[in-house]
Parts: sequence; structure tokens; C-alpha cells
Amino acid sequence: MCLAVPGKITSVKSNNAEVDFNGVKRAVSLDLVPEARKNDYVLVHAGFAIQVLSPEEAQETLRLFAEIYGKEHQDAASGPLSHLKP
Amino acid sequence: MKTSAAEKFSSPLWRDRALAATALAEMETLTARAAAKTGTTVNFMEVCGTHTMAIAASGMRRLFPKGLRMLSGPGCPVCVTSQGDIDRVLALAAVPGVIITTFGDMLKVKGSGGRDLQALREAGADVRVVYSPLDAVALAAAEPARQVVFIGVGFETTAPVIAGAVVRARKAGLKNFSSTAFFKLVPPALELLLSDPENRIHGFMLPGHVSAIIGLAPYRFVTEKYKVPCVVTGFEPLDILAGINMLLKQLAAGRPVVEDEYFRAVRAEGNPAAQKLMAEVFTVSAASWRAIGTLKATGLSFSKAYSSFDAIKRFRIPYSDAPEPRGCLCGKILLGKALPPDCPLFGKRCTPSSAVGPCMVSSEGACAAWFKYGG
Repeated sequence: MCLAVPGKITSVKSNNAEVDFNGVKRAVSLDLVPEARKNDYVLVHAGFAIQVLSPEEAQETLRLFAEIYGKEHQDAASGPLSHLKP
Repeated sequence: MKTSAAEKFSSPLWRDRALAATALAEMETLTARAAAKTGTTVNFMEVCGTHTMAIAASGMRRLFPKGLRMLSGPGCPVCVTSQGDIDRVLALAAVPGVIITTFGDMLKVKGSGGRDLQALREAGADVRVVYSPLDAVALAAAEPARQVVFIGVGFETTAPVIAGAVVRARKAGLKNFSSTAFFKLVPPALELLLSDPENRIHGFMLPGHVSAIIGLAPYRFVTEKYKVPCVVTGFEPLDILAGINMLLKQLAAGRPVVEDEYFRAVRAEGNPAAQKLMAEVFTVSAASWRAIGTLKATGLSFSKAYSSFDAIKRFRIPYSDAPEPRGCLCGKILLGKALPPDCPLFGKRCTPSSAVGPCMVSSEGACAAWFKYGG
């Protein structure tokens, strides 16, 4: 029941946002994240955004996974994580 | 480079097989090292029902090292709701003229009389499944002559959402909206598990979305007082594997701390706006837990300022203790003292289509997860 889904805010009108969940748009309340702005990524639970997500930290997590667990990929240009390299 | 939400937050990289294989190989080594410390099987608990489902659905349980066991905890809201509170939900649905609005998970939880909300609906009660408590508030605005009750159950992720809906109902001047507040708090649930002399949990995979609200500080007592490792973990397969490995490393090193694997969503301070709203609408109170009983300061109920929104008070629904379904091991499973296949009813008399206990009813109950995906 604590399921929450990430989406991107496409518009904001007072404390109500329209959020894009990979193509499906829904009205979402920003009452719990008043700091959220258009183009922010938010975590949505039961019609409310509950936290602003950080794309940089998502990227950083993936980079850490690649660094810790992806040794065999680091030499392969075609490896699934190759595009993450600077 | 332009990237979409899909690429960042639900990219296939979070489920990458090769990375998972390396993480699992590391888990073997780390489990051996941690087991040398514990002298037994390493028992970790995923506290949250959403983790239970994510672990089961990924099929990773059968790939875990032999010396490591993941126990499901008391983090499935429907599962921990006491039989007495389920009976009160059914009593609300029987009040003439009331519209019950609920998340779908509650529909098939049986009361002590053997009936559930679905059965009451078939018998004529007005029970509607909603996606958000805001849908219930909108319904109350559209149906001024009817009383609309939202069935509020859940943990710290859901409580602020319902607080938000209640505040909106008050601002709109709605007199015909109310909610139950059968909320439970995660840190007291952990304390309950840890203070049990039979406790055998060596580490907690902490719930990602509860932590997005409450932050990290409320868990400090787990590492400081009880010396049990904690890792707030995300819900993708690699998050879960990394979370387990972080717990194993802490256990092997003998240095328990509260770590945050899910830092893309969970900040140390949590969500202050949500905490404020929750504290305004609700107050810490006793809560009744399935198979455990009523315990002081383990839940939330309406604050004085918002008590007029309490459906239980509005409709004067009494509480009476009711026994658990006979033979059902749900209570032991919630405390990590049994696994679903240990229950004599599991898969025989108790299946998702004909569930005896709530751990099989709720889509994120441990029994439903084991039944659907295997152990």
C-alpha cells in the first residue's frame, strides 16, 4: 500500500499539478511538496506527491551500481552501462 | 542529452541481470562473513509490504545464499489491522445511507462474522474503490445529501495523504466527509519486534516511502540501543540486492548504523511539510494490531482540532476485541516468527481466491506474495 510511482510535473496551478507517468497524465496534489515546480520529478502516492526526486541522485545510484557490480562491463563499449561513462 | 523519467527512474538498468549476478555473488561471500559473526542463519526483515512484493515478483528469493533468510515484517497495512477494527469498517458500511470509499485492498478482508466489504456491497451497501482520498472528498462535494466515509488505514506514507484530504475537506466546508484513522507507526513496530526476548532479526531493510516522509532520525534507536543494522532501501531489484549487501557488510563489521540506499527519494530530514500536516490532523495514540493487541503510542488518531472528521466518532462505532481466524498464522508471520509455508492453511484452505487471513487477502501480504510467486 506504500506503493509510490515516479512522474514528471508538466503543469502547476496553485497546489495542483498535472503529472506525466510515462505518457499517462493525472492530477496530483502538491500539498505535501509545496516546493515542487514544473519539470520536477515527484514520487506520487494515492494522488499526492510525497517527495521530489533527484534525477542526479538516481544517476549517481546507477553509477555506483555500475562501479561496484559492473566490473565486467567497464571494458565493453557495448555493455549495458557504457553510456553512463563520462 | 535529453532523458525522460522512464530512463532515470524506471530504466532497465535498475533490473540489469549482469549487475544483479555480480551483486548476488558478492552476497554469497558477505553472507558467509556475516554468518561467522552470528553463528546462525542470517535473518533480515523487510519491514514493508511493497518490498515483500518486489522481492517475490523479481524471483530473487531463490537466488539468495542458503545462509540468508528474508523475513516479512509488519508492514502490510491491511494485514496489521486488528480484527476488531475490520469489524468496525464493516459496521460503518452497514450504516444506512453511507458511501464507503476505500483502497481496493480492504474489499476482501473478512470480519469476524465471515463477511467482507465485497459481500456487503453485493447485499446492497454502497462501497466504492478509489485511487486517492481526494476522490472521496470530490464525491462528498458531489453528493451533499450522503455521508462519505474514507477507510483510512496505513503507515506514515499514507497518513499524510489522508491528512491532506481532510484539510481540503475542511477548507471546502464539507460536513459530509469523514475518515477512519487506523494508522500504525513503523518505529514503534520495530521497537516491539526488538524488545521481544525471542527476537532473532539481524538487520532491517527499512521501508523506502515511509522513510521519504519521516526521514532517518526516528530509526536511530535501532542501531544505538539494539545494535541492529538498518538500511533504507528502494524498490528496484538492484536497490534490494544492494540494500541486503549493505546490511551484510554492517553485520560483518559489527558497526550498526542507519544507511540510506534510496537517497534519490529519501533525505535525512524526510518531508517536513508532510510531517507538519500529519501532526496537525493526527496525534500519536494507541493502535490495535492484529495478533498483538492494543499498544500505547504505536499509531495515529485524529487530533482534537480535527476530531469532527473521525468516522468512528461520528457514527459511534464501538470497538470490541475479536479473535483471529482459527488456524491462521498471520500474526506470527507479521512478527517474523513464521514463514507462509509454515501455516497449515497455506495453499490449502487459504488461497487468494478464498483467503482465510489478511496476509493472503492483501496483494502485498506475505502469504499472497508466496502463493503467487513461490518462495
